[in-house]
Amino acid sequence: MSIYDKPVTFAMLAVAVISVGTLVTTFIPLFLPSTQPVSPLVKPYTAPEVEGRDIYIREGCNNCHTQTVRPLRTEVARYGDYSKPEEFAYDRPFLWGSRRTGPDLARLGGKYPDAWHYRHMADPQGMFAKSNMPAYPWLAKTRLDDSLTARKVRVLGYGYDEAEVSRRMAEFRQTVSGPAYPAAVLRSQVTPEPLRGEATELDALVAYLQRLGADLKAAQRGPIGPAAAKAAEARNPFAGNKTAEEEGGKIFRENCRSCHGERGEGGFGPKLAAKSHKYGGTDAELFASVANGRPGGMPPFLSGLGKDRVWKAVTYIRRLEREEK
Amino acid sequence: MGDGERGSSIVMGFVLSSVFWLVVGLVVGLWVAAEMIFPALNLTPWLAFGRLRVVHTNGLVFGFTIGGIFACSYYMVEKLTRTPLAFPGLARVQLWLFNAAIALAALSLFAGMNTSKEYAELEWPLDIVVVILWVMFAAIVMGTLLKRREKQMYVSLWFLIACVVTVAVVYILNNLAAPVSLTKSYSVYSGVNDANVQWWFGHNAVASVFTFPILAMFYYFLPKTTGLPIYSHRLSIVAFWSLVFGYLWTGAHHLMLTPVPEWIQTTALAFSIFLIAPSWGSVVNGYYTMNGHWDRMKSNYLAKFFILGITFYGLQTIQGPTQALRTLTGYLHYTEYIPGHVHMGTMGWVTMIICASMYFMAAKIRGREVHSVKLANVNFWLILVGQLLFTAALWVAGIVQGAMWKAVNPDGSLAYSFLDGVAAMYPFWAVRLAGGLLYFAGILVFAYNLYMTSRPAPRTA
Ligand code: HEM
Ligand code: HEM
Repeated sequence: MSIYDKPVTFAMLAVAVISVGTLVTTFIPLFLPSTQPVSPLVKPYTAPEVEGRDIYIREGCNNCHTQTVRPLRTEVARYGDYSKPEEFAYDRPFLWGSRRTGPDLARLGGKYPDAWHYRHMADPQGMFAKSNMPAYPWLAKTRLDDSLTARKVRVLGYGYDEAEVSRRMAEFRQTVSGPAYPAAVLRSQVTPEPLRGEATELDALVAYLQRLGADLKAAQRGPIGPAAAKAAEARNPFAGNKTAEEEGGKIFRENCRSCHGERGEGGFGPKLAAKSHKYGGTDAELFASVANGRPGGMPPFLSGLGKDRVWKAVTYIRRLEREEK
Repeated sequence: MGDGERGSSIVMGFVLSSVFWLVVGLVVGLWVAAEMIFPALNLTPWLAFGRLRVVHTNGLVFGFTIGGIFACSYYMVEKLTRTPLAFPGLARVQLWLFNAAIALAALSLFAGMNTSKEYAELEWPLDIVVVILWVMFAAIVMGTLLKRREKQMYVSLWFLIACVVTVAVVYILNNLAAPVSLTKSYSVYSGVNDANVQWWFGHNAVASVFTFPILAMFYYFLPKTTGLPIYSHRLSIVAFWSLVFGYLWTGAHHLMLTPVPEWIQTTALAFSIFLIAPSWGSVVNGYYTMNGHWDRMKSNYLAKFFILGITFYGLQTIQGPTQALRTLTGYLHYTEYIPGHVHMGTMGWVTMIICASMYFMAAKIRGREVHSVKLANVNFWLILVGQLLFTAALWVAGIVQGAMWKAVNPDGSLAYSFLDGVAAMYPFWAVRLAGGLLYFAGILVFAYNLYMTSRPAPRTA
């Protein structure tokens, strides 16, 4: 007699053996508040963001994009501050992903203006020839179905009621379809005529993307990570240096072109081939704009490019200014 | 004769279904691989990469592998107990329900109805169908075991029982969700907990689908085809219990350096390293079985499938644990290296063992030799070379990608933009696609050869 001739006993023993690791590493942590801490600085998603998140899930964006920045130096430099457990308290399901065919998105919110996303989702290769991201033209062509939104919010337990959902959705529709919406021009390029007065699936997705990491950024105020080291740089060490200008051109085409245009004629970002600049045109001011970013969608480049390459980009901007004259 | 042969038609039904879903899943896999090189192939919403990748993984995990597991389990259970299958009517219903469920699963995933949790993407109504299918499987296996004539349960049966209980536990717990509608639900866990439960499931789905039942096949069919008894019974006892115990601790090695509590990560890392021992227990058992009889690699056309298969399992179970090490995970996590790991396991280990087991069963059931040994050899070499090309390309790609993500200039700034990293991957993706095509050609040869072997026996007097 042994367990090897008693199938039921054997099965029960197997369950007991698999339960040990399960209890310790998975079951008990469910009841420890420290596993998923909650912070008042991180708020539940708004109604349009809930819908946007569901579109992200439906399209399987998580199969190529992660949403966790790991505490590694180069990763923080590339994406922004590393992820904290508090940030995910309202994420059901979690969307951390397991592959990075595309970049991490945990710190995407506020990095680019809405208009950038309207164009990018419609035609990624138009902006980045080497990108292999699919185009999602149908999202702008589909009206956002909000018939289940109130129910979703209730199931998720986000703590606001149906009236708030309707109010938020109506307000959202007005914002994105109104003429004052900063992305109005790009939006109407990708949205068919009959839907321009409605909220589309793409509108909701953009709202969600702009929310990613936004609570943390708001709490920390200002740029973070190595970029925060305020580079108090006053004079361009490469001023008048032709080689640096050429290199700057390359840096410009790789990093700035998609928003400021091939020859700095402007796009989502302001025109740079101009005598004066929105945030000032001294060396120090231009350096600060590129290095630390500016509100409304100019990302910080210092941690990614480093001081020298930022100055080279500034050198190239000087050339664009000259050519404009 | 007569004993324990009631299930033949059911076994063949599952064999053919499994191979059908294999071919479908591979066509989708090739399309997905091509999309990574030519994004213009994302022609319609349901062909877009994010949806299609999930059809590929689910089609092959649930359709091909689980279908193959049902087929081989019913065959092995009948033989090893010398008892006809319990509830044959139920098994026939299960066969039809299985195919209907996989078809519905594919359609719903094409339509974008998914939970986003890897290998648990199916929405809740289909989850219920999966659970029903599994309960049927458990009833048939346990029912046959209870009325068996052979007293001792052979090691293959232990692995099958472990598969039955582990899948049930991890699948149900990870899929707990609050429904919003028939096609939409939200996980009951949030954030870090959801991640932790998901990868506890994810890793043990690998254990109980790609490991336990495949080992069951290995322990049964290797001795059957070669006529050599398994080298050590005691070794298989030790290997079995420590494997089944150890696997459940390791889920967080998929979540290294994320916000999951550090002690869970460290525990997972320790147990991942520990798993090398019981995994290699089976590898060693396999090798020693061949000891003194290595000539059978040449004389027996199936032996090489099993030995190469267990070799890839051995490599896989060294590579996997090293991927959990903090330095290496920091470098390789999220890169192409991981799909390289995945496909050595699935295209090397899982496919080799299932193909050989199916050849063996089809020939036995139809009472004839395999249709063509030559084609079986072509099958073997094509899937071997295809897999090596595929995985080697991705390992190198992953190392290059990890290096580019981490490279810094002397001033500490990043040397490469993310897009530089993408641009560097295209040549590797092309090689992967070529390897995939070779492997696919091998599978087509397999399907043809198996079909010819399994045609109903000609009625001779
Ligand atoms: C012709 C053969 C195959 C091709 C071309 C292929 C292609 C692919 C591609 C392109 C991916 C996505 C990788 C990424 O996102 O970077 C993938 C993932 C995957 N494939 Fe395959 N595949 C093949 C065979 C198989 C087989 C036979 C199985 C299982 C039995 C399988 C299981 C999986 C799994 C589980 C994943 C997900 C991996 C992960 O999440 O890391 N594949 N495959
Ligand atoms: C001792 C055994 C093993 C260990 C410790 C192990 C470890 C790992 C680790 C650490 C990862 C995650 C890598 C990352 O995302 O950075 C991984 C992924 C994976 N492994 Fe293994 N592995 C083992 C054996 C196997 C076997 C036998 C298979 C069979 C096919 C397999 C299939 C997979 C799959 C499908 C994934 C991808 C999961 C996903 O991200 O979707 N592994 N493994």
